Amino acid sequence: MTAYIWLIPVLPLLVFLFLIGFGSRLKQAAGYLASLAVAVSFVLSLYVLAEQWMMAGSFVRQVSWLTAGETTFSVGLEVNRLNALMLGIVSFVSLLVHIYSLGYMQGDERYGTYFAYLALFTFSMLGLVLSPNLLQTYIFWELVGLSSFLLIGFWYFKPEAREAAKKAFLMTRVGDVALFAGMILLFWQVGSFQFSEIFAAVDAGKIPSGMVTLTAILIFIGAMGKSGQFPLHTWLPDAMEGPTPVSALIHAATMVAAGVYLVARTYPLFEASETALLVVAAVGGFTAIFAASIGLVQTDIKRVLAYSTVSQLGYMMLALGAAGYTAAVFHLGTHAFFKALLFLAAGAVIHALHTQDIREMGGLWRKMPLTGWVFLIGALAISGIPPFAGYFSKEEILLATWESGHPFLFWLALAAVFFTSFYMFRLYFMVFAGAPQKEGLIRPIGREMSVPMIILAILSVVAGWVNTPWSHGLASWLSADQLTTSYAAPAFNGWITVLSVLLALGGIGLAFLMYYREALSPARLADRFSAVYQVLLNKYWIDELYRVTVVWLAVQMGRLLQWIDRWIISGLVALAGMLAAGVGRLGAGLQTGQVQTAHLVSVVGLVVLLLILTLGGVWL
Amino acid sequence: MVNLASYLSIAAILFCLGLFGVLTKRNAVIVLLSIELMLNAVNLNLVAFSKYGLFPGLDGQVFTLFSLTVAAAEASVGLAILIALFRNRGTAEVNEMDLMKR
Repeated sequence: MTAYIWLIPVLPLLVFLFLIGFGSRLKQAAGYLASLAVAVSFVLSLYVLAEQWMMAGSFVRQVSWLTAGETTFSVGLEVNRLNALMLGIVSFVSLLVHIYSLGYMQGDERYGTYFAYLALFTFSMLGLVLSPNLLQTYIFWELVGLSSFLLIGFWYFKPEAREAAKKAFLMTRVGDVALFAGMILLFWQVGSFQFSEIFAAVDAGKIPSGMVTLTAILIFIGAMGKSGQFPLHTWLPDAMEGPTPVSALIHAATMVAAGVYLVARTYPLFEASETALLVVAAVGGFTAIFAASIGLVQTDIKRVLAYSTVSQLGYMMLALGAAGYTAAVFHLGTHAFFKALLFLAAGAVIHALHTQDIREMGGLWRKMPLTGWVFLIGALAISGIPPFAGYFSKEEILLATWESGHPFLFWLALAAVFFTSFYMFRLYFMVFAGAPQKEGLIRPIGREMSVPMIILAILSVVAGWVNTPWSHGLASWLSADQLTTSYAAPAFNGWITVLSVLLALGGIGLAFLMYYREALSPARLADRFSAVYQVLLNKYWIDELYRVTVVWLAVQMGRLLQWIDRWIISGLVALAGMLAAGVGRLGAGLQTGQVQTAHLVSVVGLVVLLLILTLGGVWL
Repeated sequence: MVNLASYLSIAAILFCLGLFGVLTKRNAVIVLLSIELMLNAVNLNLVAFSKYGLFPGLDGQVFTLFSLTVAAAEASVGLAILIALFRNRGTAEVNEMDLMKR
């Protein structure tokens, strides 16, 4: 059976190629075909996961791809515990999103193309997860970036979507350049892209410690770009211009988690450098609170969720930086489920109301009870209320941060818990409670949309139980990879749990008072703290800051280069052309059509030739 | 004393006369005649070399006969073309036959 693992990514690829060619003719069948292929991939992934669960060893299969000099580059696949877990999560969420899209995208003109892109993404992501070396990882890393670009700009007739797609592509490219540089440096030091060989070299101390720090940080910058960490986070909220199922799959559950996965995958490198770990922790911790604070005041349902994603990814990075390897991977998994669920539920709301502005929503609890229930479950899970999944994973992160000796980051993370539960329940009360703001037709959601939500809701409850404080199932299972020594879960700490749950409940309570009871008027609060409110509403003016600095610089640079191209490069080319034309005109003047002139010229030529031959014989 | 040099000189003078005619005369008939003159200068060279050259023999004279034949054929073709041109364009002036330019 292991011989068929390569089918897992290849099946979606085949579907992509087929749908790109014939997708528009297939109509509805395109969606079913893509879903079927991903379903097969999921079953295979599940098999791999089950095999790993049964304590099978990890293995690598590869073939040599090309040889340059004495180095052979190989492609292949590696299965270990971490990969198997990611494989399961990615193919599962992808399958659910495919099914959900059958309903959500119904009637779209480019239905076939949509599923083709979705299949391309699934292929790239599964390939990324299975890669045994950095080079292959990088190739798939770029491929997921490409499919993300295609899907954000899927409704390309909307100018915002076009802009958002470009922005996402360029912003992540900033990180990718750093990742590429880190990769090349590692290759220079180790002579191989193979993860195992890199780790062996790091273990043996063959790489100077300064170089380890540098490469680790460069790789982390790549991860920052993909995972939307501050200061490369601004593309992720804009990416919400894409279709909602895409946001759920790519910009919540899987692709943005690829940054976390990359850091986890190259963890020995990070572990070898205190500085790198500190940078990861600091960036993650800051992003967690930073994005959460923006999420407090946004009014677009998907943007709130997007900032929440950025914030949760910050938690994962914080955990990685605080030696909480298991906690990060654990939170990655649980987050994939409850955030995908929240996005799908938001998609159902948008599908029904045709608006994304939460101020125009309200009272949906009666009209969409199922969506309300699953959204509530997702919100409870992300807020970290026991026994929902988010509680267990967030708990691990907080404990790991506390134990790692970064008290400041710990308090930041704790504050973010409060923010998280507040903005989630603000969203919940504004959308589902109160009176309807907008009268109109509520479009019912079909079974293909409700079933994935129900499944994800169940998982958002139970997924946390694999790694509880009293039985560290996931930690001990993952530790078989032996990537790192920090699998061990941090010791359970009663007061942290109590405090975090109280904070989460406090956030819910405050949201309840402000948006349900309306005992505290949000408008008056905004007035009272209008400076803070404006800063948050305008997302700290990061976009504007970039516009006047980096973007301005790039545009000016582009203008300069364009000027050089137009006047200097093109000038040289035009000069060469004019030279040839002048010579031609001169030659054309000689050509009179008079046969006697031509003859005279040839006679003169002959005489000159004879003279040279007779007189100048010495030179010849 | 008649020797190779005098024959060659005569031939060279004839050739130059012919060349001058070809290059300067306006009338195409004269140009054709001048070409014949140049050809005959060459024939003269052949005969002279055949008689006074390093390896005297009949070869040169035989070749002359060939070249005379070819010259006759060429002249007839040339004249035919000339007549056709004259009919078409109403002139036998060489400097007006500049179709190559246009």
